[in-house]
Amino acid sequence: MTNDQLPITNYQLPIVMAEGLIAGLVVFTLASFVGFEVINKVPPTLHTPLMSGSNAISGIAVLGAILISGQGSVTVTSILGTIAIALATINVVAGFLVTDRMLQMFKKKEVKA
Amino acid sequence: MSDFLPSGIQLGYLVAASLFIVGLKQLGSPATARQGNVLAAIGMFIAIVGTLLEKQVVSYELITVGIIIGSIVGTIMAKTVAMTDMPQMVGLLNGFGGAASALVAVGEFWRYLSIPESPTPDATITILLGVLIGGITFTGSLVAFAKLQELLPGAPISFPLQQPFNALLAIALLAGSGYMVFHPEDVPVFLGLVAISNILGIMFVLPIGGGDMPVVVSLLNSYSGIAASVAGFILMNNMLIIAGALVGASGIILTQIMCKAMNRSISSVLFGAFGGGGGGAAAAGVAGGAIDKTVRSINLEESAMMLGYARSVVIIPGYGMAVAQAQHAVRELADGLEKMGVDVKYAIHPVAGRMPGHMNVLLAEANVPYPQLYDMDDINPQFEETDVALVIGANDVVNPAARHDTASPIYGMPILEVDKAKHTIVIKRGMSAGFSGVDNELFYKDKTMMLFGSAKDVVAKLVAEVKQL
Repeated sequence: MTNDQLPITNYQLPIVMAEGLIAGLVVFTLASFVGFEVINKVPPTLHTPLMSGSNAISGIAVLGAILISGQGSVTVTSILGTIAIALATINVVAGFLVTDRMLQMFKKKEVKA
Repeated sequence: MSDFLPSGIQLGYLVAASLFIVGLKQLGSPATARQGNVLAAIGMFIAIVGTLLEKQVVSYELITVGIIIGSIVGTIMAKTVAMTDMPQMVGLLNGFGGAASALVAVGEFWRYLSIPESPTPDATITILLGVLIGGITFTGSLVAFAKLQELLPGAPISFPLQQPFNALLAIALLAGSGYMVFHPEDVPVFLGLVAISNILGIMFVLPIGGGDMPVVVSLLNSYSGIAASVAGFILMNNMLIIAGALVGASGIILTQIMCKAMNRSISSVLFGAFGGGGGGAAAAGVAGGAIDKTVRSINLEESAMMLGYARSVVIIPGYGMAVAQAQHAVRELADGLEKMGVDVKYAIHPVAGRMPGHMNVLLAEANVPYPQLYDMDDINPQFEETDVALVIGANDVVNPAARHDTASPIYGMPILEVDKAKHTIVIKRGMSAGFSGVDNELFYKDKTMMLFGSAKDVVAKLVAEVKQL
C-alpha cells in the first residue's frame, strides 16, 4: 500500500507547484492587458513623467526584499534582502518625488511671477 | 486576529493595485497627472505597510536600515538632479529596480540552501529567470547611464568576435540553467549564471548608439517591471506580479512609440549596427559631398531681424539645447518675440533628446506652457505658413533626406518638415553630423541659414538683439 502511494506523491508534487505558477501567469497576463489599455494613449508631453512614475512603481520589488530580509536571523539572504530594500527604496522615493517635481512644472497657462 | 490579518493584507494589496492602475491612467493626461502620481505613491505606501505586517516578517532592524538609507539617498537624488539629466536619472533608477529584483532571486536561492528542502524545478526556473532579467536590467542600465553621462563614448562600441562571444554566453546560460534544474543547489554554477546574466546586460547596451537611447531607456524601464513580476513569481506574491506587469506594459508601449518615431524595428535597434555600418557609409557621403555644397551663414543681427519681423516662428529644440542648458534662454527669446507680436510655437519630435518627452520637461522647467508645444503630426502641416523655423541643436529629426533618399540610414523616419518653412535658421556649434552619423542636407538648402555657436550663448545674444529692434 505505502509502496504504491510513494511514487504517486512524488509524481504529483510538480503538478501542484505548476498550478501556483499558472495562477501567477493568469494574474500577470491580465495585469499586462490592463497596463496596455490604461497607458495606450499618452501625449508626448507626459512621456518622461510616465516613465519616471512607472519606474517608481517597479520599485515594488521592495516588497519582495522585505519578505526575504525580515525572516529573523541574520543570514546571507537577509543581508542581500537589506541591500535590495535600500536599492528599491531609492527607486520608489526618487521616482515619485522627481515625477512630482516635473509635473508641478507643467502649466497650461503662464504664471506671472 | 491571526485569521483576519492575512485577508486584510490581501485586501490592502488589492487597494494598492487599484491605486496603481488609476494612478497610471491619470498620468496620461496633463490635467490629472500630478494627482495620478500621488495616488500611485499612496498605493506603494499601502503595499509596503501590508508587507511589513506579513507573518513571515518577524524582525525589523535590517528592514528599517534599508528603508532609511534608501529614502535619504532617493530624496537627495530627486531634489538635486538637473532636468537636463533626467535620462541618466531614469536609467540609473531602472538599474536599481532590476538589481533589487535580482537580489531577491539570489537571496531566495540562499534561503533554500539553509533549509533541508530543495527548490522544485519551478522554483529554480523562476529564480534563474529573476537573476537573468534583473541582472540584464541592472548592468544594462548602468551602461546606459554611463553613456548618457558621457563616462563612456556615446557611439556604438563593438569588438572583434562580439557575436560569437554573445552566442557563447547564451549557450552557457541555457546549459547552466538546464543543469540547475536537476542540481538545484549547486552554488558555483549558480554564481556562474549570475555573472553571465550581468555580462549579458553589458553586452546588450554597449553596441547601441547614443541616438537610440530613448528606445533603450524605455525598454529597460519595461524590463525593470518584468523583473519585479518575476520576483513576484518566486515569492508567489500577486502584488509584485501585478505592479511589475503594469510597468512592463507601459515600458513596452513607450518603446513602440520611440521605434515608430525613428522608423526602426525594435530588433534593428538591439541587433543592427546602425551607428557602426551606416555611420561608415554616411561618413563617406560627407567626405564626397561636402566639397561642392555650400552653406549660408548668418550673423546675430540679421537673425534677430528675421525673427523679430516675422509673423510666425516655430522653434525646434533638440539635444543640443539640452546639452547647452539653453532652455531658459530660449524661453526669453520667445518672450521677446511675442512682445513684438510674433506668433511663437515649439515643435517637438518624439525622439528629440535622450529619452521620451525630454524636450517637454526641459521647456516646462523654463516655464513654457505646454499648449505651446506641438507634436510632429500637428505642426508639420503648419510649416508652409511659417516665416522662420528656428532649429536649436536638433539634427537628424529635421533632415529632409529621411523623406526621399532611400540610401540614407534614416530614410523613412518621420521628420519635422522645417524645410517647408519660408526660412530656416539653424543654430549649431559646427558642421558635425548628428548621432546617426548622417550629413544633413537641410544645411545646404537655399532657404537655410546657419548661425554657428553654442546654443546658450547664441540664444542669449539673440535675446539682446531682439530687444534693440
